[in-house]
Amino acid sequence: MDETATRRRFLGRLSLALSGLAGAVVAVPILAYLLSPLIHPAPRLWRDVGRLDDFKIGETREVAIYDPSSLPWAGQTALTAVWVRRLGEDAFTAFAVNCTHLGCPVNWQAGAGLFLCPCHGGVYYADGRVAGGPPPKPLPRYTVRVQNGIVQVQTQPLPIVS
Amino acid sequence: MIKQLYRWLDDRLGLSSAIMPVVEHPVPRSINWWYVLGSATLVAFTVQVVTGVALAFSYVPAPNSAYESLTFITHAAVLGKVVRGIHYYGSSAMVVLISLHLARTFLMGSFKFPRELNWLSGVFLFALTLGMAFTGQLLRWNQDAYWAVVVGAAQAARTPLVGEWLVQLLLAGQTVGGATLTRFYATHVFLLPAAMFGLIAVHLYLIVRHGISEPPRAGWPVDRARYREWYDRLLHEEGVPFWPDAAWRDVVFALAVGAVVVALSILVGPAELGERADPTNLRAYPRPDWYFLWYFALLSLIPPATESVVIIGFPTLIGAILLILPFVAPAGERSPRRRPWAVASIGLSALAIAVLLREGIEAPWSPDLNPPRVPVALVAGLGQPAERGLMLFQAKDCVSCHMLGGAGGRRGPDLDGVGARLSRDQLTWRILYGGNGMPAYGQSLTPEETGDLVELLAAQGTRPGRR
Repeated sequence: MDETATRRRFLGRLSLALSGLAGAVVAVPILAYLLSPLIHPAPRLWRDVGRLDDFKIGETREVAIYDPSSLPWAGQTALTAVWVRRLGEDAFTAFAVNCTHLGCPVNWQAGAGLFLCPCHGGVYYADGRVAGGPPPKPLPRYTVRVQNGIVQVQTQPLPIVS
Repeated sequence: MIKQLYRWLDDRLGLSSAIMPVVEHPVPRSINWWYVLGSATLVAFTVQVVTGVALAFSYVPAPNSAYESLTFITHAAVLGKVVRGIHYYGSSAMVVLISLHLARTFLMGSFKFPRELNWLSGVFLFALTLGMAFTGQLLRWNQDAYWAVVVGAAQAARTPLVGEWLVQLLLAGQTVGGATLTRFYATHVFLLPAAMFGLIAVHLYLIVRHGISEPPRAGWPVDRARYREWYDRLLHEEGVPFWPDAAWRDVVFALAVGAVVVALSILVGPAELGERADPTNLRAYPRPDWYFLWYFALLSLIPPATESVVIIGFPTLIGAILLILPFVAPAGERSPRRRPWAVASIGLSALAIAVLLREGIEAPWSPDLNPPRVPVALVAGLGQPAERGLMLFQAKDCVSCHMLGGAGGRRGPDLDGVGARLSRDQLTWRILYGGNGMPAYGQSLTPEETGDLVELLAAQGTRPGRR
């Protein structure tokens, strides 16, 4: 191969390599920026949802908790709804509102003592067990505790990951 | 003077030397009205871009204002309703047109040699169009949009291995929140359109490079060794310039579609937004827009055990079939008359989508969370237990899932005439132990209450059931 051909091939490859390098330099921060939800997991925080005597024993009530890493412009979507059921004096259970089928919002039907899902008709008992319909698993739970007469629910990722 | 200006422009721009040969490239004389779907899709895309840019002048992509800004556009901005209406109906038009274009290309075998890449770029454009439709409906940031994000994330969560990552990337965090909407906004107005512009350029370039496929004739299979030579001769002997001999049909058809879209947006207007996105408002009946409703129906009709496989496998399978098609059948007959399987698969797909769409609109699998009242006349003269039974039927939400006296949900069987089908023991058993999708009521009813309900239902034997 003569000298001009080698030189041309070298220059061609050099140009491609330099352009690739420049692309990579720009791509790294952009990718890191876009993938940041994976890099910084949100902290798990306790959120007050009411005083102990706001909840009657045997009653299931909807409460809302603030997301741990909410942004100032999140508005109403900074909230997550949770079903809280008082079982006894200090005993509570808290359920996600998301049906385990496809994540639609389950509604507590106090008369029937059941959670009903309006999307595909999933039904759960008061303790979260599946009572009928397509849901593959019981309603996911949130961690709930009572501290100094205040009921608190712990934030967690949207419980739809199987 | 004008002539001089034109000559100058023509020289500098190369209008007559470089542009006109493309615009007037020869096409087969026999191309017909079936060939207007692609250009109409392009026109629909252009209209979506223009109206989308206009909407972006007022739309605020932040969760605390998006809904309000759309309300402003729809109800307060000058002719905002029409602009949003064109974008709204235009999206439906584009989904319909690109689907028909895809079906037409498949049926006429236009994906065969040498147009495999025309097909592939078109398949990606089809996928991107569906992506635009999905991300677009989320930007309304109403209850449907909010829960569509959750339902979308729940489906992504079923992906093996990377499901959890996908969800967090989709939501831009661990829950739906401030970062979620901007993610879909950027995707809808920058990312996907940019990809579409690029792919449309490739698609158009390939159309000019390989020529518009001639309408197929039965018994004239594609032979890879000789097709190009044969096609060139066809164009040479009986080709006509695309502009205006073929383009006039494109213009007429696109104008007709455009007229329908504009008429709908003025006369009917865009769909009402409904309630604003609110994660704490659980009285929601999330439904996707019609073009995804059939899929929503499919997911509710398949056996639950197969769900994870279907949710991931079905879109993957359709995508894979579309992508390998031109490599599996690159040559041979193009005419639908000689390809019964192609005709059958399009016919069956269309039928399935139509049936599922109908089911999706009626959604008989959804309980009615705000059920109507069962007419009291139903228990007239049946005695006190049956009257108490009727009150329980309402209070215990039986009516959310069961019709009685023509009122109620359709999730479970219509109970008119149930007394003739089931004995008292069978009725008691069903109520206490449930089964077949029905919850067991054993723990939430006293024996007396169960007895009252059975009394009510056993008396429903005189009228014939309706299903």
